[in-house]
Amino acid sequence: MLSLPIFLVASVVKIVLVIFILLTAVAYTVWLERKVVGHMQNRWGPSRVGPFGLLQPLADGVKFLLKEDLTPPHVYRPLFIAAPMIAVICALTSISVIPFGTAIPVAGHIIPLQITDLNIGLLVILGVTSIGVYGVALAGWSSNSKYSLLGGLRASAQMVSYEICLGLSLVGVLIVSGSFSLQQIVESQRGYFWGFIPKWNIFYGCQFVAFFIYLMAAYAETNRIPFDLPEAETELVAGYHTEYSAMKFAMFFMAEYANMITVACLATILFLGGGNGPLFGPPLLRLILPTFYFVAKVFVFLFTYIWVRGTLPRFRYDQLMAFGWKFLFPLAIANLVVTALVVAYRS
Amino acid sequence: MLHLVLFLVFGAICVAGAINLLVQSHPISSALSLVVVMASLAVEYLLLGAEFVAAVQVIVYAGAVMVLFVFVIMLLNAGVEERTKGSRVALILGIPGVLAGGLLVAWVLIERTGTATVGLGALPGFPKTIGNLLFHDFLLPFEVTSVLVLIAIMGAVVLASRPEPKNPEKES
Repeated sequence: MLSLPIFLVASVVKIVLVIFILLTAVAYTVWLERKVVGHMQNRWGPSRVGPFGLLQPLADGVKFLLKEDLTPPHVYRPLFIAAPMIAVICALTSISVIPFGTAIPVAGHIIPLQITDLNIGLLVILGVTSIGVYGVALAGWSSNSKYSLLGGLRASAQMVSYEICLGLSLVGVLIVSGSFSLQQIVESQRGYFWGFIPKWNIFYGCQFVAFFIYLMAAYAETNRIPFDLPEAETELVAGYHTEYSAMKFAMFFMAEYANMITVACLATILFLGGGNGPLFGPPLLRLILPTFYFVAKVFVFLFTYIWVRGTLPRFRYDQLMAFGWKFLFPLAIANLVVTALVVAYRS
Repeated sequence: MLHLVLFLVFGAICVAGAINLLVQSHPISSALSLVVVMASLAVEYLLLGAEFVAAVQVIVYAGAVMVLFVFVIMLLNAGVEERTKGSRVALILGIPGVLAGGLLVAWVLIERTGTATVGLGALPGFPKTIGNLLFHDFLLPFEVTSVLVLIAIMGAVVLASRPEPKNPEKES
């Protein structure tokens, strides 16, 4: 156990560091997306600011800060201002229970690479993201414009529907690991099946079905193509953030990308073994490698996000609802029953 | 000490949210006050040690039920409530009624539990304990409740579905 002052110092340092890394990651995920989608569509993407356009996120940030922050006269002001804040706060809070790697010794103290390890860690993430729906819904309503309202309505219906599939797809993993603590879920995936297949949850029985459900539900939860109907620009201008400008718009953007990163971290922890991987080399390398594996897996997941965006068209709204309720939902329940039976049989 | 202070602060927020829910004239503001009530209740559960219940409270009530409330209000585009002076009967009967009800509840609580109350952090919070309670000790009530919920869902479906028009020409 750490003493109180050391605990406080370590926590503050960790929080500042995690928020800083998360925001940088958000900025560079936007850059990566523009670059990769650009190449997929035979364009260059950002290329002017800095080498490979690497300083483009900075330029964007400065632009968002310096632009005029318009508040249209017909909006309901308190909620119009609060909505982007709710969205971004919820998006940044959910990163706090994610373990990024093994514990590292700093000046004689063992510091875990995680802001806090709760024994209901997974539920905290689900709870915080379910509150995040209000940011989008209220933005749509308080803007007092038809496009925003439709976007907000679509977003809340879609997120509530797919949250059920998301939750059910995770229950299988919870049955296998027997814990809500993300640290222990990662711990339970250490080792190998038959000596060479990593003992990740995705390879456990039929959990790849759960991974597929999670993937679909995660795309819908973060309002990404092919489920980006809340901001479908061909029909709704920009959906729930039509009336927003400057930093308030940027906050929605940040929330969306931070949510993407959280979802990718969660997928890594629950299905892809977190920071588990082959350890070798001197002690220092052994400490760094888990974090490296973690970041690499998150990167692959984020790249898939962008890849899908460059490949798939958008669903129609009734297709989205039918897919969620009539296909994913029964599939998730079937997966849950089969996993429970398998675990009960083995124990 | 910190627990007690937090408990009192969030209890105050909870009551303030509940009062605001009644005072606000716009449905969305009322619904959002209810979200505040739900969220602060979750913090109270957390402080009592029931962390699983707290998380479920946030996910189910604040995250799903209230989102649907807000959704319906947005969809119906409900306007600002009309203010009335309130009826005199409610004033004469209401205040004594509320006082009597409050006294009754307080009396039952004191009578049944004595001065002993649940200490902060004393409730069984672990998901494992709750699972054992739900699916082992109280399995029958749990299953009966789930059938009850199923009946409610079926009733809602029946009520919400429009009857088939018998004469299509007349309907339009």
